[in-house]
Amino acid sequence: MATPKPRVKLPKSASAGEVITIKTLISHTMESGQRKDKDGNTIPRQIINKFTCEFNGQTVFTCDIDPAISANPYFEFTAKVPESGTFKFTWVDDDGSTYTDEQAIEVK
Amino acid sequence: GRWTRAAAQQRLSEADLLDFESYGNVTLVHLTDIHAQLVPVYFREPSINLGVGPVAGLPPHVTGADFLKLYGIEPGSPAAYALTSEDYVALARTYGKMGGLDRIATIVKRIRSERGDNTLLLDGGDTWQGSYTSLQTAGQDMVDAMNALSPDAMTGHWEFTYGADRVQEIIDGLPFPFLGGNIYDAEWNEPAFDAYKMFERGGAKIAVLGQAFPYTPIANPRWMFPNWSFGIREEDIVKNVEVAREEGADLVVLLSHNGFDVDRKLASRVPGIDVILTGHTHDALPEPVVVGKTLLIASGSHGKFVTRLDLEVTGGEMKGFRHRLIPVFSDVIAPDADMTRLVTDLRAPFEAELKRELATTETLLYRRGNFNGTFDDMICQALLDVREADIALSPGFRWGTSVLPGQTITVEDLYNACGMTYPEAYRSMMTGQMLKDILEDVADNLFNPDPYYQQGGDMVRVGGMGYAIDPYAAMGSRISSMTMLKTGEAVYPAKEYAVAGWASINEATEGPPIWDVVEAWLAANPVVSLPENRSVTIID
Amino acid sequence: FIGLSARSALAAAAEADQRIMEFTGGKTPETGKITLTAPEIAENGNTVPVSVSVDSAMEGDDLVESVMIVADGNPNPAVATFHFTPMSGEAAATSRMRLAQTQNVIAVARMKDGSVFMDKKLVKVTIGGCGG
Ligand SMILES: [Mn+2]
Ligand SMILES: [Mn+2]
Repeated sequence: MATPKPRVKLPKSASAGEVITIKTLISHTMESGQRKDKDGNTIPRQIINKFTCEFNGQTVFTCDIDPAISANPYFEFTAKVPESGTFKFTWVDDDGSTYTDEQAIEVK
Repeated sequence: GRWTRAAAQQRLSEADLLDFESYGNVTLVHLTDIHAQLVPVYFREPSINLGVGPVAGLPPHVTGADFLKLYGIEPGSPAAYALTSEDYVALARTYGKMGGLDRIATIVKRIRSERGDNTLLLDGGDTWQGSYTSLQTAGQDMVDAMNALSPDAMTGHWEFTYGADRVQEIIDGLPFPFLGGNIYDAEWNEPAFDAYKMFERGGAKIAVLGQAFPYTPIANPRWMFPNWSFGIREEDIVKNVEVAREEGADLVVLLSHNGFDVDRKLASRVPGIDVILTGHTHDALPEPVVVGKTLLIASGSHGKFVTRLDLEVTGGEMKGFRHRLIPVFSDVIAPDADMTRLVTDLRAPFEAELKRELATTETLLYRRGNFNGTFDDMICQALLDVREADIALSPGFRWGTSVLPGQTITVEDLYNACGMTYPEAYRSMMTGQMLKDILEDVADNLFNPDPYYQQGGDMVRVGGMGYAIDPYAAMGSRISSMTMLKTGEAVYPAKEYAVAGWASINEATEGPPIWDVVEAWLAANPVVSLPENRSVTIID
Repeated sequence: FIGLSARSALAAAAEADQRIMEFTGGKTPETGKITLTAPEIAENGNTVPVSVSVDSAMEGDDLVESVMIVADGNPNPAVATFHFTPMSGEAAATSRMRLAQTQNVIAVARMKDGSVFMDKKLVKVTIGGCGG
């Protein structure tokens, strides 16, 4: 599998205390562990099992993920923006890898 | 009204059809599901159109003599011919073809001349697909002809089967908006089309919301427009109605391709919609159905009807209405010369092929009916014979025109029944269980008691096999007694059968186009005479 | 994903119930407060959008801690569990899931005060292909 690529959509700026919508996608096959290959052997599970979003070090939103989440997992949620700062997004793979992305937002 | 009086006289004039005592300050003109019929056609309405659950026995689930009785229509009258299948062949010979965009242009021009800037012309979709010429031009003939009519907005369904790039290309060039609040970008979950447009007519602000067919990616090939997601999205309609009202809309109109039962349910749940212009299920109703404060308008299909709806809209409220479903009798309504010229030009490059004769028919060929129609009986027979199959499947499309007994079947007639962008006639092995699963699945899409779970077509047509169906049974248990017609033997769940069909929604389906299959069969059967189809037993 | 036999569908529903009870600490969830949005008919069983939102001020004691989503006809009913904080601003989230067959999708919200709420929707997974 190619290295999963995260993508994130959120506004560049917000007013203090505003609740914004954040959308995230990451390319990942999300192998469920339920499928068999052509020889009848079970293809081992390998999924993104956890997603977190932090703002300036504080947890905003997290998600525990099961194999029923689709390939290229999509998460959309909201966040309160009290001040200028940085959102940090982390995806945790079954194989122990983590993938991250960061986006700054300015409070006007 | 006037139409009924004319009906009693058994005689019609253009004035009978078009004279209308104007009312109020707004006129809505509704056209829908023309299915690319530029010229007048024969189109037989269904003889069976069952409703389940709370809509059983309610319009549009009333047909034939019951329909005539419900609306007080004289048997044998023009209205009876236009609206039902009763005595269809005899009446077709009396009253002639219906529709034609040049006759529709006459109607639209006359309404505009009477009502001027108070008029909104709205197209409910399924406009660009359904004929030889629309297929050859990827919808361009219909786009050119409709642009000449100057609609104010449209929505769509079969339009999408030209593929996302083509749809986008056409929409980018349209001089009016293509509305679809329920079409989303599938990747980022964001609206992909405008949900509504605000108009000013007769001093009133009118919000027209567009609702494309919710199940386009399920009923048609999703791979042709993979980045668009549809759905009913009732919560979005609620929100958009609120926003439109906040922006000062005095009148809210939903230009919908949901299908009638979906719109009936929607009207009972979403507040603030004054008028729903329904489409997709091809129903023609001579009166609005009123649900709460919402008028549901059903304007038929194939250019047979134009709805004129005059409204009194004042102080942010619809105070009253006057309605007529205008039947487009092509021998009565004078064609508009400009549109005749345009249609002739659009068809000219294809005229020879359109007229090419394939066979003659002794049987009335038609499409509509919940379980079968003779045109599909013929397609199924062609699939069985030409593709050497045990069982044939033909989708329950509601578009396609009729051919009268004694007429020749032309290329135009054939493409009116199968002109579309995924025509491959496949042949594959299926188990009896798979066939049962398909029938159950389609049956639930037609007869689920909750309309939001329906897709609005008819049952898949089956050749070579009979079955029994209980429309009112639960999901997964409607179908029984599947039997091979030739041998009388039961269809066994584990046994494999050679199945031929067409219009598969799966990508990379292989086979000759269905029109080649039918043409080959007609060459071998130059006089079509079909036995009555008794292969489906309906259990009440 | 392959369709399930009737028996394993029952087993999946029982397992979905059990997961809900573990999540709620044995409390039977009430209806209200939480809204689950999903299509009536899935366009593609491999990627079915699902949204949840819970009425909540998201501050003080009026706080949604978590929302669990289960699908009662999947071989494994677990789908995902969202965890919210006051920094979330609202208790609302959207994702996409796999559905093996026609089934109920269920969302259960657990509030900070321990109360639990549920919403569910039947999502049909069909073979498709017809048209008016
Ligand atoms: Mn349609
Ligand atoms: Mn149609």
